Amino acid sequence: MNKEVDSPEKQEKAGVPWRKKIRWDLLFLALSIVAFAGLGIVYREKGSRALHISWEYFQELVFILPAVMILMGLFAVWVRRETVVKYLGKESGLPGLMISILLGTLPTGPLYVAFPLAAMLLKKGARLANVMVFLSAWACIKLPQELMELQFLGWKFTLLRLGLTVALVMPMGIVAETLYHSGGAGESESPKGHADATWGRDPKRS
Amino acid sequence: MSLTAVVIDSLVAICLLLSLIKDREKTKTALRIAWNAVKRMGPSVLAIIAVIGLIVGFIPAQWIASTIGSEKGVLGLLIAAALGSVLFIPALIAFPLASSLLKMGAGTMAMAAFITTLTMIGFVFLPLEIKELGKRFALLRNGLSFVVALVIALIMGLIL
Repeated sequence: MNKEVDSPEKQEKAGVPWRKKIRWDLLFLALSIVAFAGLGIVYREKGSRALHISWEYFQELVFILPAVMILMGLFAVWVRRETVVKYLGKESGLPGLMISILLGTLPTGPLYVAFPLAAMLLKKGARLANVMVFLSAWACIKLPQELMELQFLGWKFTLLRLGLTVALVMPMGIVAETLYHSGGAGESESPKGHADATWGRDPKRS
Repeated sequence: MSLTAVVIDSLVAICLLLSLIKDREKTKTALRIAWNAVKRMGPSVLAIIAVIGLIVGFIPAQWIASTIGSEKGVLGLLIAAALGSVLFIPALIAFPLASSLLKMGAGTMAMAAFITTLTMIGFVFLPLEIKELGKRFALLRNGLSFVVALVIALIMGLIL
């Protein structure tokens, strides 16, 4: 039952912070499996429905996650930092925001597969506002989903909601960037590869 | 296998092939990076899938409908936005649900907020987002998305 509570002696040899995080996600996984099994045994019918749904999402994952991760790997080795900085970096302005929306709109899977891609973009020098916009576009603008919205909620509702989302996501990215860099940004919390954010507000020299 | 998966997989297969032809060593590095990412994300993603199954399997659509439908005005709007953030509901269920709620007299505003937070905010994904992008980034993105969802809903309520 409580195999996740046995950590103290392991923690000693693993002083590295990211080692600790891995244990968190294993705990999360163990808890959800326990919850799944428990609820599934007590409520048979709902449990099998839940299992069916999880299985469907698992299949989606198996077909999409490896491909997106390979794409990320290829991006990491082939796309030069200067290219990312040029199109998505600090100086990219409105075109950069537009490119981010387009990138997010490409045929894509669930939101969570985009997180490592976003981290990679930051690492390569994309500006934070653009990465925010990219993730938001990935989350909201999906053709199959929009077709369903159109069908059930009508064109007025769908187009207005979509238009407003696209329009508002850009200022949101900029606000997020400003807030991110203000008020003692980062310490160890800054995204991977974005450590230079910490040096934005320097104390006076001399 | 969905159409999206077919498109992504064939696109990536072509890229991988081109990369392999151009430079074997670089391709190897790319695949190693990909494999590390899969290993890193694996447990979180499996947990997410389990939680999604539990939410969809155990929270009846009627309960969501009655919770959103029972309050009007600002409180209704906030409840709808909050439910959309916390829950994970597949589009196949969410849109028909929203449509029938609208026919039953729920506000456009609440429905717009519900759909928007549903797509943009994922409490289920939060641990993974924090892991990949850092706490500050994840909280800012989710928090601001909530605000944006409310703004979208208010404007839509005024126009429609």
